[in-house]
Amino acid sequence: MSWSSLIEFEEVTRSKRARELISATGAVAVFIVLLALSARIGEVSPQALLDGASAAADYIGRMVPSLHFNTVGPDLKSWYWSAGTWLNALSDTILIAFLSTVIGFVIGAPLSFVASRNLTSGWAYFVVRRLLELIRTVPSLVYAMAFVLAFGLGATAGILAVALHSASSLGKLFSEVNETADGKTFEAVQSAGGGWFSVVRFALLPQVAPAYVSYTLLRFEKNIRSATIIGLVGAGGIGQELFVAIRSFQYQDVSAIVLMIICTVMVVDMTCDRARRLFT
Amino acid sequence: MPNSAVAIIAVEPGDNASAGQTQPSNLALSEILIAHRRTRQRRVALLLLGLAVFIGAAYKVGLNPLSMARGLEKLGGFLRSMVPPTAGGHFSELLYALGQTVAMAFVGTVLAAVIAIPLSFLGASNVVGVWPLRFVVRRLFDFVRGVDVLIWALIFVSAVGLTPFAGIMAIAIADGAVLAKVFSEIIEQIDNKQIEGVQSCGADRLTLLRWAYVPQILPLFLSNILYYFESNARSATILGVVGAGGLGYELSERMQLLLWDQVFMVVLMILAVVTLIDFASRVVRRQIA
Repeated sequence: MSWSSLIEFEEVTRSKRARELISATGAVAVFIVLLALSARIGEVSPQALLDGASAAADYIGRMVPSLHFNTVGPDLKSWYWSAGTWLNALSDTILIAFLSTVIGFVIGAPLSFVASRNLTSGWAYFVVRRLLELIRTVPSLVYAMAFVLAFGLGATAGILAVALHSASSLGKLFSEVNETADGKTFEAVQSAGGGWFSVVRFALLPQVAPAYVSYTLLRFEKNIRSATIIGLVGAGGIGQELFVAIRSFQYQDVSAIVLMIICTVMVVDMTCDRARRLFT
Repeated sequence: MPNSAVAIIAVEPGDNASAGQTQPSNLALSEILIAHRRTRQRRVALLLLGLAVFIGAAYKVGLNPLSMARGLEKLGGFLRSMVPPTAGGHFSELLYALGQTVAMAFVGTVLAAVIAIPLSFLGASNVVGVWPLRFVVRRLFDFVRGVDVLIWALIFVSAVGLTPFAGIMAIAIADGAVLAKVFSEIIEQIDNKQIEGVQSCGADRLTLLRWAYVPQILPLFLSNILYYFESNARSATILGVVGAGGLGYELSERMQLLLWDQVFMVVLMILAVVTLIDFASRVVRRQIA
């Protein structure tokens, strides 16, 4: 190792570091400009941020129920004064998630066979695949809003909206699973004279069934969340109760309902997680 | 096992000649047939049970086939009046709303990261040794995460009024909690050798942070922030439905007035903005990695 090569190394490193510094400064500058622009369009300012934070703190402060150690029973009762109605709405929400998951599966699974390249070729594959991707890009809340106008207020609109989104999502996911399936079993069934349906039933399904179950359970978890919020646009379930509570500034009702939703989501997540582990 | 039995029977249906030649295989075949029939009966029973549960649930929530048929007819009318999509002369307004949606997602994600970074160090077990503090912080993350961003938006709209700022706060709070959890998991997984290496050179806490922690966690933090920016752009499109500005607000307004051709335009813009942001963040992420 000579001195000259060491000096050369130092020079190369220094110029490299200088270049890195310039590009980093440039990136930060672009970021700051974009942030300032976005803050302007988004109507945010440091003052608004402070006001917003205090308003949010105030809101959360009002949501806290007054529970005293001596009168915990009556306090809870007055907090959950409408527990019957809310539990009923909550059970509707769970059923909406269940029904829409089932409908989504029943529609999505057959479509996934058409949307898999190793099972279907030509225009049918292309059309169905693109359609599934397009439908699932639109949020289920948008479908819910449109369906409330078509089917009227209530759970029917919500179920169909969540089911439509589930069918496209599951169809897309299932088709990806189908494409990873081992093609040798397909050949085995075909060589024994089996047609397209036999291939799907006896070569594909035994391979992909565990993945299907796992994805469907995951979808059910997501649908529980969707089912809680579609009520905000009048499509049934606990969201409708929550909407009324928030709009009429019944702070304690809001906290009571939100707590019920969080508990439900947690229990469903944990149960599905357990169930999923059984299959994978 | 049942599946293989089914496959055998499906592949050789009624191939009696070959099966009848040897006695033992004939016996095995009848045993397989009985087992097969039993699994099939069990499956039919399970299917009927499922159907009964489905119908019961549908009845409970009031899923009405009659009103469904009528609604589908109406929906067909909506779909027909959706084409051709038009901005109805409000294109610049819609474009501004689109910008507002992206801005909401951007500022919301930045604020979420600002909230999440200090909290994530509190939630990481290799940084904070006090487990009760860590436990409380983690449960808080879970709690906030359990509430959907749209519900936060509705709450903030009633706290700060009908402005995109409500949507930004909703994203900042909801995603701040999620990012904090993700970040603390990243911090927990960093390599200890690098920390020891810097420590052995006599570094103080700040130097340690700069040269041992930051180089390891920064790329992962950034790529996660980008990922959440993508997902926030999706949710920002609908936050306007509860009054938090952006494309969602334009969408719900036009839907209430049954202006379906304009609704279609807004939906197309939503699809465009989501696709564009997915593309842009993929490009940026490739630069980082």
